[in-house]
Amino acid sequence: MNEIIQDKEIRAANLKGLGCSRRRVEDARFTQGKGNYIDDIKLPGMLYGDFVRSPFAHARVKSINTDAAMALDGVVAVLTAKDLEPLSLHWMPTLAGDKQMVLADGKVLFQGQEVAFVVANDRYVAADAVELIEVEYEELPVIVDPFEAMKSDVVLREDIADQKEGAHGARKHHNHIFFWEAGDETATDQAIEASDIVAEETVYYHRTHPCPLETCGSIASMDKVNGKLTLWGTFQAPHVVRTVASLLSGIEEHNIRVISPDIGGGFGNKVGVYPGYVCSIVASIVTGKPVKWVEDRMENLMSTAFARDYWMKGRISATREGKITGLHCHVTANHGAFDSCADPTKYPAGFMSVCTGSYDIPVAYLGVDGVYTNRAPGGVAYRCSFRVTEAVYFIERMIEVLAIELNMDSAELRRINFIRKEQFPYRSALGWEYDSGDYHTAWDRALKTVGYEDLRREQAERLESFRLGKTRSLMGIGLSFFTEIVGAGPVKNCDILGMGMFDSCEIRVHPTGSAIARLGTINQGQGHATTFAQIMASETGIPADSITIEEGDTDTAPYGLGTYGSRSTPVAGAAMAMAGRKIRAKAQMIAAYLLEVHDDDVDFDIDRFVVKGAPERFKTMKEIAFAAYNQAIPGLEPGLEAVSYYDPPNMTYPFGAYVCVMDIDVDTGVADIRRFFALDDCGTRINPMIIEGQVHGGLTEALAVAMGQELAYDDMGNVKTGTLMDFFLPTAWETPNYETDHTVTPSPHHPIGAKGVGESPHVGGVPCLSNAVQDAFRPFGLRHADMPHDHWRIWKMASELELHG
Amino acid sequence: MTSKVAMKLNVNGEAHEILAEPRELLIHALREQLDLTGPHVGCETSHCGACTIIMNGMSVKSCTLFAVQAQGAEITTIEGIGNPDDLHVLQEKFSEHHGLQCGFCTPGMITRAAVFLEENPDPTEEEIRFGMAGNICRCTGYQNIVKSILAAAADIQAAKEAAQ
Repeated sequence: MNEIIQDKEIRAANLKGLGCSRRRVEDARFTQGKGNYIDDIKLPGMLYGDFVRSPFAHARVKSINTDAAMALDGVVAVLTAKDLEPLSLHWMPTLAGDKQMVLADGKVLFQGQEVAFVVANDRYVAADAVELIEVEYEELPVIVDPFEAMKSDVVLREDIADQKEGAHGARKHHNHIFFWEAGDETATDQAIEASDIVAEETVYYHRTHPCPLETCGSIASMDKVNGKLTLWGTFQAPHVVRTVASLLSGIEEHNIRVISPDIGGGFGNKVGVYPGYVCSIVASIVTGKPVKWVEDRMENLMSTAFARDYWMKGRISATREGKITGLHCHVTANHGAFDSCADPTKYPAGFMSVCTGSYDIPVAYLGVDGVYTNRAPGGVAYRCSFRVTEAVYFIERMIEVLAIELNMDSAELRRINFIRKEQFPYRSALGWEYDSGDYHTAWDRALKTVGYEDLRREQAERLESFRLGKTRSLMGIGLSFFTEIVGAGPVKNCDILGMGMFDSCEIRVHPTGSAIARLGTINQGQGHATTFAQIMASETGIPADSITIEEGDTDTAPYGLGTYGSRSTPVAGAAMAMAGRKIRAKAQMIAAYLLEVHDDDVDFDIDRFVVKGAPERFKTMKEIAFAAYNQAIPGLEPGLEAVSYYDPPNMTYPFGAYVCVMDIDVDTGVADIRRFFALDDCGTRINPMIIEGQVHGGLTEALAVAMGQELAYDDMGNVKTGTLMDFFLPTAWETPNYETDHTVTPSPHHPIGAKGVGESPHVGGVPCLSNAVQDAFRPFGLRHADMPHDHWRIWKMASELELHG
Repeated sequence: MTSKVAMKLNVNGEAHEILAEPRELLIHALREQLDLTGPHVGCETSHCGACTIIMNGMSVKSCTLFAVQAQGAEITTIEGIGNPDDLHVLQEKFSEHHGLQCGFCTPGMITRAAVFLEENPDPTEEEIRFGMAGNICRCTGYQNIVKSILAAAADIQAAKEAAQ
């Protein structure tokens, strides 16, 4: 018997399936410099594109003189809006239902906007030509503030000045984009008015940028002989790019092949369609040669999709005992010059309506006004699922403000308001159905691990010493409890420009028992080739090491909506499991035939089918695969392949409990993170090593955003943080060590119970860090201070609280 | 366009003669003339370190150096650090400890770490964090990079002791 158990253990270990820390198959090429990123691709005769960009945030373009540039040796073409207009490509549709200039059509609306596209035989020559193009501008009044935009007579978007209806209903003003609401405002107002305690606060979540280490780029190659366009690029959603490219260019979709090669980080920045992609396509069609466009860092920060920029005005009410009775939120969203947010079409403010957070709030209301300004377009989910970061930051700040109002410990306030385990599936006041959770267990475990009571005692002693003049350092304890909403679809709720947000997997098992699987998603560092193979290994009994995972080539991969919003595991991972089950079902029939028993008389056992009651009689998956191709089995087609298109019944709701301890020097504003504890519950865990890596990375991006990273503008619309000199990316020196922990509450509707994790640490980390800074100053009367909490702002806050004597 | 300068450089043990415009950046000469696409361009301002190479024994950010400044230099890029049959211990440890995700910073990280460990063969965690602060990673949060370098240092030390 022991031998049988041992044999099972060995066979299971050989699979490298679900739950093991399998080493990454991607690493060999990356550690040896053999990755293949967009700028590594070199095609024969390839030309290089570069943009002339606007120095002004708002100006009329009076004239563009390209003569000197065209005369430069090596310059092949210069494109302006006039050249694109006959092709109707001078504007393009955005993912949010608006349209955006590809090249400046009469005016520019943000600094760094694309004005002309130079094509040359060398990247240096292209850069020279950019300098030689003379553009005459007439400056117009600049509006960077959304509240001012809603009052101003200045019309930013003259092209739609007369349109009373936008993509999401009526527009209130010529600089207004949409109004979107959820919940019952009257009932919410009544509940808040009738409550003992009401806390109000305006929370600004500043504009920032995903800033992946690799910038955006594309290479278009139009084969005029065969009529085929191949487009390589930094695309988080290659199939969507193919469909959009087809709709825009009129080239039939089967004649377009989109390839996402290795991607050097995405974090939401590479979801959108950018003018550079369009211009590289047009330039390749015009010149008949491959055209590469790769932006530099400044272009990336100034013109490709930003994140956040939400002004969130909140009211939260409670009983004297701290039971929350209602939540009201109004958001003014600064979308910049064009509405090019990447949200599901029915949700122009993303999933901001998950802002009731992890709490059982009986009634709530959310209203969002989207506004045009002279800032860059975008509004992507930077390492989060469609505005969830904004929602969680908002509620986790409102909880802290309410705790101040109640004179109560905010850990306890959270505890008494958590949705209870037995309430799942839980319907939130704003309409979401949370699939599963056990918040109290996670919270108690987190507080116990960090020794919460002792920390509060130490903090009180430090405060006493500070007041006695014995120290200039304060201690802050940051808490956050977050619930994410990830894995969009379902298709009935979630589409982008009408394209339903399902995902897909196609498996081919080869005759010798190894396999290839292709998915509609695309890796940007998450380790898909490693983890998807683990799911398939457990479902099919084929060892993960014998499975090749391929993504990102639209000619070979099944249609999918791509990787963002933590949707790869919840949606494509589910498709992988379902396709695997189809393989297994056919394998079962083949095994039964080979073993001469009824289909129901065999059991799946790790990597084989075994006759019930006769463990010595079995067929391995390897044997079954060979038979599938080479043995005529009555009633069965040859081959062993399966496809699954998975439309999830619901989203998944990962959650977590984070605690951070900081020591803050009141005189320098330096905040030293002494401890950061992160407990994540992402349901079934596929690869613990990769989960931990995702948590470390997400927390570090949270550290960046909370403690210094900002896409800042001056009043003239100049970008003040356009290089890495000013735009904060933490180095190893600023980054602390993190402690990680987990609980496991599987998703009841996902085939393997997995929920997704890549974005959780960012969503939960930002409020945790911000709360830690603000907690340190709570005894001195601080209610709320906006991020980022860089040294200067912390110093200034201390100064305003009169702590500098 | 200015006339090109004939120059010699030794990269990963191979002698090369190339023609470079005086303004051509070393990173472009390596990537586009010699097809060594391991080092990457991340920021063009020498902040991110994705372009880090080893030049005459020192860590150098090749995006802020002209190719002609490397006249006669001995250069090692990630491609010359190890090979598939004989990986550098850092390449092995970065994979073992999950010290990389998207891989874009990894060539610069490993080439910098290789020189760092020559400068300081027995570093503390703090020394690693300081010594590696010129290389930015957006994915890993550095914890596993630090772990990888500590593990590599331990292996190198153990190998040295075994050899004595």
